[in-house]
Amino acid sequence: MGVVDLGCANLASVSFALERLGAQSDIVRTPSEIEEAERLILPGVGAASYAAARLDALDLRDALCRFVRPLMGICLGMQLLFERSEEGDARGLGLLNGVVSKRTPEPGETWPHMGWSRVRKTRSQTCLFDGVADGSYFYFVHGYGASIDDATAGEAEYGGPFAAAIEQGNLFGCQFHPERSGEAGARVLANFLSAPC
Amino acid sequence: MAPARRIIPCLDVRDGVVVKGVEFRNHEHVGDILDLAARYRNEGADELVFYDITASAEARSVSCDWVEAVARLLDIPFAVAGGVRDAEQAAQRLERGADKISINSPALERPALIDELAARFGAQCVVVGVDSRKIEGDWRVFQYTGSTQTTRESGRLMTDWVREAQERGAGEIVLNCMNEDGRRQGYDIEQLYAARERLSIPLIASGGAGAREHFRDVFEEAGVSGALAASVFHKKLIDIADLKSWLRTCGIETRH
Repeated sequence: MGVVDLGCANLASVSFALERLGAQSDIVRTPSEIEEAERLILPGVGAASYAAARLDALDLRDALCRFVRPLMGICLGMQLLFERSEEGDARGLGLLNGVVSKRTPEPGETWPHMGWSRVRKTRSQTCLFDGVADGSYFYFVHGYGASIDDATAGEAEYGGPFAAAIEQGNLFGCQFHPERSGEAGARVLANFLSAPC
Repeated sequence: MAPARRIIPCLDVRDGVVVKGVEFRNHEHVGDILDLAARYRNEGADELVFYDITASAEARSVSCDWVEAVARLLDIPFAVAGGVRDAEQAAQRLERGADKISINSPALERPALIDELAARFGAQCVVVGVDSRKIEGDWRVFQYTGSTQTTRESGRLMTDWVREAQERGAGEIVLNCMNEDGRRQGYDIEQLYAARERLSIPLIASGGAGAREHFRDVFEEAGVSGALAASVFHKKLIDIADLKSWLRTCGIETRH
């Protein structure tokens, strides 16, 4: 189990959450370490343009794009799976179609989206939400987000509905922070750990 | 749709233990950091804040070791505050597992610190804490409030300072109304509403919670995103799970 270090991330929180689940994790910083990982988490907090520049500086783009085993992006890490983010016009990995755009708050909403919001499953069968009650609360901290499409596994509402979680092939993503989302979040991480390789 | 309203216990840490005073004075020992963190997490707290209350006044920054111990234990977000004066000190705490850095006196000393932290870590990591007290009709901002010997006026008005903090990149404001702190007579709705009107980022109310109605009132009347409290939780006057379910019966969304 590898946790990719982009130098801006919530590495410790993710590693500790895995530790609470009894999973051993290693910090991953090179293309060869990515190739060797059994499964990968791409965590992230902060600015998309900074993280995208780190992908280039560490030469991780090709290795991540070639990775065929389960890969989960968390928060900014999920946004990096898409083609591009409007935040600083950052280039993503392009593993998922679409552009991450700034959420426009509705009346009564503050910006950024910070706090616990309900997630509704958008499919009857999902791996990440297996055993998680529909409408469970998860902790979000973000101002940008992806639109709902075929890859979406769960949606939440902030500036209208957006993709709260994705599942497509070996790719998984959570716009929320499972490592900071109590028992529901721990279950999502556990489900990712047991996703078939 | 706005997220659920947050209930946030605040743990004032001095010399490695949790303490609580009245109007920022006469601190008494209320418990061990990890024991209280675990208790509040189990009761359904949405987030925790740890203030190293003497760090700024003593010109040192918060120790990292308990940040990591808390991060290992907790599966809800937490912020740490206390004497963080530059991006490097903030980075050390975020790397050890803190979710947010809250800055107060150092931001007043050097407002560009807000810009620097937001640029490097993102606005969502940067909380600006504001200690404010009404004097002669003005809400005035104070700094070095960890002890009575060091507390002094910053020369700024609360309404100006919260706006400046937001413009510089703060992702959240915690407004601590000093007149009400530790008195359990209710939040300062008027002051919080005045701040809320001037902000587009989340605002957290602090200071004055004494009864569950105070939480309802501050959410309904001041429109805050979260309510922070210490003594009512430390002294078990209010149970967090009971409070949250009661708020739901009042039509206020809380996580459950």
